[in-house]
Amino acid sequence: MLRPVPPPSVPMPPGGVGPDRRRPGRRRVRSPLAWVRRGGLTTLAFGLPIIVMFAVFSWWPIVRSVAMSVQKTNFIVTEWVGWSNFERVLADPMLGKAVWNTVQFTAWSVVIGFPVPVLVAVVIAELRRARGFASALAYLPVIVPPVVAVLLWRALYDPSPQGALNSVMGWLGIPPAAWLNNADIAIPAIVVEMTWASFGSATIIYLATLMTIRTELYEAAELDGASILGRVWHVTLPQMRGILLIMFLLQILSVFQLFTEPWVMTGGGPANGTLTVMILIYRYAFVAGDYGRATALSLLLAVALGILSAVYLAATRRWSRT
Amino acid sequence: MSAGPGAALRAVVNALRARRARAAVEAAGDRSIVSVMDRSSAGTRATLRVVGGVCLGGLFVVAIGPLAWLFKAATSRTPETLKEPFALWPSGLHWEYFGEAFSKVNFGQYLANTLWVCLGNWFFCMLVTTTGAYFLAILRPRYAKVVEAAVLATLFIPGVVTLVALYLTVIDVPFIGVNLLNSFWAVWLPAAVSAFNVLLVQRAFAALPRDLLDAAWVDGASKLRVFWSIVLPMSKPILGVVSLLTVVNGYKDFLWPMLVLPKPSMQPMSVALPRLAETTDQAVYMAALFVALAIPVGLFLVFRKQFISAAGAQGAVKE
Repeated sequence: MLRPVPPPSVPMPPGGVGPDRRRPGRRRVRSPLAWVRRGGLTTLAFGLPIIVMFAVFSWWPIVRSVAMSVQKTNFIVTEWVGWSNFERVLADPMLGKAVWNTVQFTAWSVVIGFPVPVLVAVVIAELRRARGFASALAYLPVIVPPVVAVLLWRALYDPSPQGALNSVMGWLGIPPAAWLNNADIAIPAIVVEMTWASFGSATIIYLATLMTIRTELYEAAELDGASILGRVWHVTLPQMRGILLIMFLLQILSVFQLFTEPWVMTGGGPANGTLTVMILIYRYAFVAGDYGRATALSLLLAVALGILSAVYLAATRRWSRT
Repeated sequence: MSAGPGAALRAVVNALRARRARAAVEAAGDRSIVSVMDRSSAGTRATLRVVGGVCLGGLFVVAIGPLAWLFKAATSRTPETLKEPFALWPSGLHWEYFGEAFSKVNFGQYLANTLWVCLGNWFFCMLVTTTGAYFLAILRPRYAKVVEAAVLATLFIPGVVTLVALYLTVIDVPFIGVNLLNSFWAVWLPAAVSAFNVLLVQRAFAALPRDLLDAAWVDGASKLRVFWSIVLPMSKPILGVVSLLTVVNGYKDFLWPMLVLPKPSMQPMSVALPRLAETTDQAVYMAALFVALAIPVGLFLVFRKQFISAAGAQGAVKE
């Protein structure tokens, strides 16, 4: 085996990073033979899986997406069609519907889904007993496979007056709802299911952050006469600011790419009332077989998300630092 | 050195003092938003107890409620559930639907497919992630910088961009020209490509003690040997986290396996279940759902700590 055996008299470079690293500032002419003798091949062998796999299943598809958005292909003949894929996407009346629904999904998930884990985490952190039990309970729905959770909730959202959730509403004296059959309720109903299925993971992340807040801050606030809620408002939430800002952005980004929940719950119905951009991409590509149009819409969505993230990060930069 | 009884007594007293001090520090460390002083007021104590109780009770109902209802629906006749969804077993417990889920809708096959998907995902993810992280964090040749940048850049590309192109790549793999449709390779290989996992493992490898690795190089250990006998065994915790995340994702994944495994007999549970919804008796269907959920929940109850710390590790990277 060809591998580097540094002579014992030569000390390893300070903070040495491995057998191939040479001392900085010393240039040497490298011949392929010397490279092989120094074990370059073995190193490359370790690098090959990651390079090949990322090249085939990540980098190449990214490049190909960009190319395909200006192409039209039937897998035998591929022709360049310029912006026409984008034009056809923007001309589709469904696009406005899908974007508007996606925005509604995002808004509902911010209103319902974002505050829940913050509240739950703060209360769990204050529990004197059963903290582990409480966090396990919160995390339990996260373990349920998303498709199973959606199908379970679809059964709970049975629109008949004897349906499970309608029965609960009946006990509270609220008239039964059509849930997923009603285009106005379907989106918040799906968001409730999504919140149920995912609030636990955010709760665990917030709990970890809460444990790192220095208790001196609470002592100081208490000495200044802040009440318990005042301490939550003036100490806890500002201290969680960094993670809250990131989680907020991540949540928006993931809801913009929403597919599984509305797809399994309603198939995008009723009357396209829960059609999302991702479902539209799916329909373009895998129902209509129009891959150029699908990648064009994918790219538009990605660019929109990129701009959104950049604006968000720029706008909150000062806030997250000070 | 005199070690008389006086010295021994002093040692005991010191030890006791130290213990009391430690206990006081721990008690102080236990404070959080609510202080010891707050708890001395009866009104505050009562409020705290109510808030805590409501939170615990609410979590219990929210987390367990739907799962308990599913169990009830899986063990009751379909018309009973449709008519009175909360009536507790008017005609007794019916365990037979669990059996029918396996005998009538072939649910065992779908579960086996899911297991196979998870195993393959785990194997290829481990292979690519550990060798890649070793390459990027420890061997680190000159061109590693370029590879690292290209790998980490994919973290910022939303998955939606590549979905369609990845599908087209998988049905006609470059260079070898194989169509992986209806083959588990189509699920396994893309699942192994996770910049997030590479990042996690690479960080852990970079934090390993350098002296130890340098000593191994000086002793003439081969790269493979250092990888297998030092780096991997010393990184067990992070490898556990990555394994767990990979298996859980394999179990949860829906859209991708639905696209590349259209053949019903190859579909994992999460792809097959929505398809079965229309054609299966509801009670049998609910039983299948319950089994699909009971397996990961059971694993969660056993490995609770690992699950929670893996969730925390994800958060740490996000920050």
